[in-house]
Amino acid sequence: MIVSTLDPAKAKYSEEIPAGEAWIHEIRAGETFRIVDLHGNQAVDTLFYNAHDYSDRYSAQDTIRAQANLYLTTGTKLMSTAGNVLLTIVADTCGRHDTLGGACANESNMVRYDIAKRHMHACRSSFLKAITDWDHGMTKRDIPNNINFFMNVPVTPEGKLTFEDGISEPGKYVEMRAERDVVALISNCPQLNNPCNAYNPTPVQVLIWDAA
Amino acid sequence: MSLWDEAVQPGASWSHVLKRGTALRITDLEGGANVGALFYNFECPVERYNMPDTLKAQHIARLTKGFVLYSDMGRVLCSITDDSVGWHDPIGGASNRQLAAEKYGRATYQEVRNDYIKNGRDSFLIELGKWGLGPRDLISNVNFFSRVDVAADGGMTYHAGNSKAGDYVELRAEMNVLVILNTCQHPLDPAPKYAPKPVQLSIRKVDPPAADDPCRLSRPENERGFTVTERYFL
Repeated sequence: MIVSTLDPAKAKYSEEIPAGEAWIHEIRAGETFRIVDLHGNQAVDTLFYNAHDYSDRYSAQDTIRAQANLYLTTGTKLMSTAGNVLLTIVADTCGRHDTLGGACANESNMVRYDIAKRHMHACRSSFLKAITDWDHGMTKRDIPNNINFFMNVPVTPEGKLTFEDGISEPGKYVEMRAERDVVALISNCPQLNNPCNAYNPTPVQVLIWDAA
Repeated sequence: MSLWDEAVQPGASWSHVLKRGTALRITDLEGGANVGALFYNFECPVERYNMPDTLKAQHIARLTKGFVLYSDMGRVLCSITDDSVGWHDPIGGASNRQLAAEKYGRATYQEVRNDYIKNGRDSFLIELGKWGLGPRDLISNVNFFSRVDVAADGGMTYHAGNSKAGDYVELRAEMNVLVILNTCQHPLDPAPKYAPKPVQLSIRKVDPPAADDPCRLSRPENERGFTVTERYFL
């Protein structure tokens, strides 16, 4: 657990993302980006892109392979598909974040829960709406496997993937320093079928500080 | 009866649209092979293999007989209908130019002709390019024949000796699937020498999955996945 020294009152940007909404924003090299789990155990599905080349984007496999560790926490370099460091996690009061569980979708909900659940609001719909509204040429090809901040998805020695009780709590946060200009895309997860968020999606807060 | 047999040389790439109703068997010829692989719906390649959906639908972090590879649209691209290995890696990813240079040094085409050092990422991009796809289509890959152990603290370790000479895995195509693969070494393989291994490919016609197909019945999620896939062809 590494606590930040930054003062929220001095942040240049602060915004609350309501439950189930998407958010997209540019973060400049050297700026610090914080996500606060306001109510605890909220899944914050997050993607990052090189702001000057969207085809160079967050890579879950390169990130875990580069650090030879499955879990994201302080010190983790968030790697891009082209091998660039997009951001580095510099503070984390939760302790572990997932990048294997991906984002929910209408279609994956049909498989995981019930074919009749197709209609339910899902992260990958939020991602698509956000990039369409943003209108910078991104399409579904630009939605790779994401980070799930505040989610605990351990792998067992036998190779099982488990969805464990959350280890986050109200007010826990994760903070990253942008190592280059990036675009951040968040879906504040609307999933109502999974106990990981107590079936109750809640808002989160995002803050940005100028480069030190 | 095999309709097509072909070896993939060490470090080489291969791609094919594996038709629904056929199966691809990959055999590790010498032991210790790694086959990095990507999968797309050939009719609409923006529908592609989705690592998280595959893992979370089946509660797995390894692949073997009885499991399936899901697309992002809830459909089954391929089923693993046979496997003598027991563990194939879905999380370790691919090597890239920088990793290969740091680990293996330098060996160019000018120096060693076709034994020049290849890496997973560049190999994927070249083969994707042949089908009009590119960096935006580079997705999480499967590593057949390799295994990565995960410790309680999340530490990932390459598991040496996972696959022996003659070991095989069979993929039954449930859609018309663009398969992109190469035999570059696993990125977490600590071996300091550039020494990728060859594999043999074999394609045959197979019956469609029956009502009691083991991959279909292995989990209730997969029963729904097969239903969703079969509806695509209505």
